[in-house]
Amino acid sequence: MNAQTILLYDGSFDGFLSCVFVAYDQKITSPIIRKEYQTNNQLFTINETIITNRQKANRVWEGFKSRTKPNEQRGFFKAFLSEIKGVENTLFSYMRTIFSNPINQHIDFGNKDILKITQVAKMVDREKHRVEAFVRFQLTKDDIYTSTVSPDFNVLPLIVKHFKDRYADQKWLIYDTNRKYGIFYDLTSVEIITLEEPAKILPNQIQNIYKKQEVDFQKLWSTYYNSVNIKSRKNTKLHVQHLPKRYWKYLTEKNIRE
Amino acid sequence: MSFDRIREKLSILADAAKYDVSCASSGGKRSNTNKGLGNNTGMGICHSYTEDGRCVSLLKILLTNHCIYDCAYCITRKSNDIKRAAFKIQEVVDLTINFYRRNYIEGLFLSSGIFKNADYTMERLIQVAKKLRLEENFNGYIHLKSIPGASDELMRQAGLYADRLSVNIEIPTISGLKLLAPDKKHEDFVKPMTKVKNEIIQYKEEKKIIKSTPRYAPAGQSTQMIIGATGESDWDIMRSANYYYKKFNMRRVYYSGYVPVLTDNRLPSLGTAVPMLRENRLYQTDWLIRFYGFSVNEILNDTHKNLDVDIDPKLSWALRNLNLFPVDINKADKTMLARIPGIGMQSVYKILQARKFRKLNWSHLKAIGIALNRAQFFIVCDSKDFYKKELSAISLKEKIVKNSSSKYKKLINGQLSLFS
Repeated sequence: MNAQTILLYDGSFDGFLSCVFVAYDQKITSPIIRKEYQTNNQLFTINETIITNRQKANRVWEGFKSRTKPNEQRGFFKAFLSEIKGVENTLFSYMRTIFSNPINQHIDFGNKDILKITQVAKMVDREKHRVEAFVRFQLTKDDIYTSTVSPDFNVLPLIVKHFKDRYADQKWLIYDTNRKYGIFYDLTSVEIITLEEPAKILPNQIQNIYKKQEVDFQKLWSTYYNSVNIKSRKNTKLHVQHLPKRYWKYLTEKNIRE
Repeated sequence: MSFDRIREKLSILADAAKYDVSCASSGGKRSNTNKGLGNNTGMGICHSYTEDGRCVSLLKILLTNHCIYDCAYCITRKSNDIKRAAFKIQEVVDLTINFYRRNYIEGLFLSSGIFKNADYTMERLIQVAKKLRLEENFNGYIHLKSIPGASDELMRQAGLYADRLSVNIEIPTISGLKLLAPDKKHEDFVKPMTKVKNEIIQYKEEKKIIKSTPRYAPAGQSTQMIIGATGESDWDIMRSANYYYKKFNMRRVYYSGYVPVLTDNRLPSLGTAVPMLRENRLYQTDWLIRFYGFSVNEILNDTHKNLDVDIDPKLSWALRNLNLFPVDINKADKTMLARIPGIGMQSVYKILQARKFRKLNWSHLKAIGIALNRAQFFIVCDSKDFYKKELSAISLKEKIVKNSSSKYKKLINGQLSLFS
């Protein structure tokens, strides 16, 4: 019996691509690719920790890009960001199909990997759109529009462009409290940052770090939200369908007590 | 500014604006080129939803609810004894900007009661839009209400700053308008609509020659009708809607079920239920006409003046035209596929794609996601097992209604029991 090879990587996209490179380089036919902090309780396995290597990762990605369309590349990246357990193996299997077929050959869309990746990418895309819609900024004393989120998938890399284009003339920070990193725009570019005390920027810290008028604008918004509701048309089922309860924690209008 | 006063005004003027249905923020592409505020990609975003399930995308308010008119259906009519308020231009600008910066909204939808006269009011609305665009460098969405009777010159200016313009005709028939809004003339509504339509056509022409032609209302114009305030039939409403789509190139006609807010012997009494189901059937008809290739007269005509409440308009049409069915899924052309009850446009495209590779059977159709509970009686596919025409239209309808569950079931039963 051959022992199964498990390739461990640091969780980054480049790290994953480095695993693909190693798998091809060392002719490992069906490896399991897994993040190093995910526990392993399988017997008879060979564990190999792969060090992220940008050049190797780039070679894999360039090769993939030359054989696929831009929307397929985006779907691939989105599926990776889902962080769903085992998604790396589906992505690897899909990459093998791409690399083993001649360029531009029509690929059967009944392929189960493609189906899975398309579905997962769609889930990630919906979450991205919801974060774009439901982020609520609060203005801090040092003039940074700040927001905390905890999305189901790792969507921050996907929303950078949207927020950068939209809020080009204000400093802003969106912090993912689950994954413990944020994206910060300083009026010229967007950078990835980590905070030592992320609890400080949570919405309930409003008296300490947020501008005094911030509370006033939140109240105005909440007043507006309540005034546009037509009571005789109340439709709770539809309301919750559009605005699932797990997003309410972000929403100023759902958390202001008069 | 005093927040308490602003807050009071906001609650009055948002409350008065909420009967305007439109909250679309799409179609007005405007990129952020010079590090300004806002970037409109042409796709709308709903930032929140009210408890009645409607999207909140724009800050939708009136500039003032003072009004010189006395339209029976309107909550801000002159003779109604309510609190009145008016925003200053700068206040609207500040609210819009501060809400936008916090990611609450996509932009502004500004309407107004009419104070002094049409032009005076329109000028104020334009000033808000102009300030937002030129002083605040704002690229978000702006929807301005065209005030009935406003001059051509002002309508020209409005379109330069706004993404969308709209006039609500409110009452679908001219006779209804005379009854409920005696001071308003039908021509006053048509005048700004005509101007906007012509400006959009002219812009498109000039754009071909001079690329830098200033943009004019990129998201087009829309209008709205109140449903169930006067006794008009669905046929009247849809003919009227069709006229506005054709004559003025409307992007949308909205149908708004009348919410009784006033006591007036010309109108349904307070406490009358909002005709939400009828509203829904009208939207379905609107879609059939705009996207499915139906004409108004096929769905509504002299013998069928009103839509069925218990079944959707396409099914109703199919039951009246059973001689056209069954349709062969593997052979029929696009137009006929779109006419099968239970099959939407998305499924039509999927069927057209999928049948290139193989003949489709029931399990394929199920996977594509068509509503078989209705469609099965109107189609044949790659299977020997299909519905043989054995029931009359009436019994077939009963069978379908019995086997389907509608989210409106309660409403339907309630409305039907009135007649039994």
